[in-house]
Amino acid sequence: MNEAWFEQPLFGITITVVFYMGAQLLNSRYRWLNPLFVTSGGIIVLLLLSDIPYEAYRAGGDVITFFLGPATVALAVPFYKNFQNLRNQLVPIVTAVSAGLICGLLAVWGISSLLHGSKQIMLTMLPKSVTTPIAIEIADLLGGTPELAGVFAVLTGLLGSMIGPGILKLCKFRSDIAIGAAMGTASHGIGTARIMRDSEIQGGISAFAMGLSSILTPIFCIPLIWWL
Amino acid sequence: MRGLAILLGYTLLGNAIHTLLSVPISGNVIGMVLLVISLFAGWIKLAWIEETAQFFLKHMMIFFAPVIVGTMMFFGVIGDQWLVVLVTLIVATIIVLLVTAGVAARQSGKVKERTYE
Repeated sequence: MNEAWFEQPLFGITITVVFYMGAQLLNSRYRWLNPLFVTSGGIIVLLLLSDIPYEAYRAGGDVITFFLGPATVALAVPFYKNFQNLRNQLVPIVTAVSAGLICGLLAVWGISSLLHGSKQIMLTMLPKSVTTPIAIEIADLLGGTPELAGVFAVLTGLLGSMIGPGILKLCKFRSDIAIGAAMGTASHGIGTARIMRDSEIQGGISAFAMGLSSILTPIFCIPLIWWL
Repeated sequence: MRGLAILLGYTLLGNAIHTLLSVPISGNVIGMVLLVISLFAGWIKLAWIEETAQFFLKHMMIFFAPVIVGTMMFFGVIGDQWLVVLVTLIVATIIVLLVTAGVAARQSGKVKERTYE
């Protein structure tokens, strides 16, 4: 049997690269347009309009996502180059990341109780600001829904990468430490990828904050397991 | 090519360690930590990998695009709680951003003051 032309990985790879290129062009004209939002939104619309199944896109999409591996390893470079900076500011960064994470956990609990959200959904949203694999494990531990926890983590990352830089600018935060730590803590790798476009120093700090929150979030969640 | 070979090698190494020792940290992060150690130890020269790493970091967003597409396709599973989810995620994300940035700005300011005293 002949495979449909769009079932080969080439299809998914090509449309991702083409949409990303288009998103870059749009972003250079309209700075506020988030390239990740434009790329993924464009692909979703195309798949919905053309009736091409998601599985066909996924064959190529998985190839692109594979490179997230070496891209994460590449974060070693800004980390190494800015080590001196990071070492002097280690205490402020750890304090800021911890404060941000604890307030984030309390905010999820407070807001979802206020809106009468179910306990199951609340537990699933708690680990939202860490990278997907870790979010899934923590949600499992807390008694949330692991699959959904991955979805929330990805949405939080996208959200942070879209609104983060604007909000921080609006509130007049200018220091690399403040911007980098906030982006990495609130929106893990996706936020780090966004801020890396603006500044390598902020990206390096963001990567460090992201790693730190992956370690600290499970620790902060332990008391919650007993309490809830 | 040397840069790509080194980055892929550390990714493979990190993932192998992750699988073999079943540590709860992702293999990619283990690879990154090992590369940082190797840079400090001088086993790897920054010049070998800098150009390739710069390319990956500059375009890091594209590698997340298929993940987002996959997520949106399963958006329906959130069900009737979507409004609660959306409001909670947006407000909580803003709170995390502002608290982290606020504390970082204050604390790092203190460090600088102390240094210049």
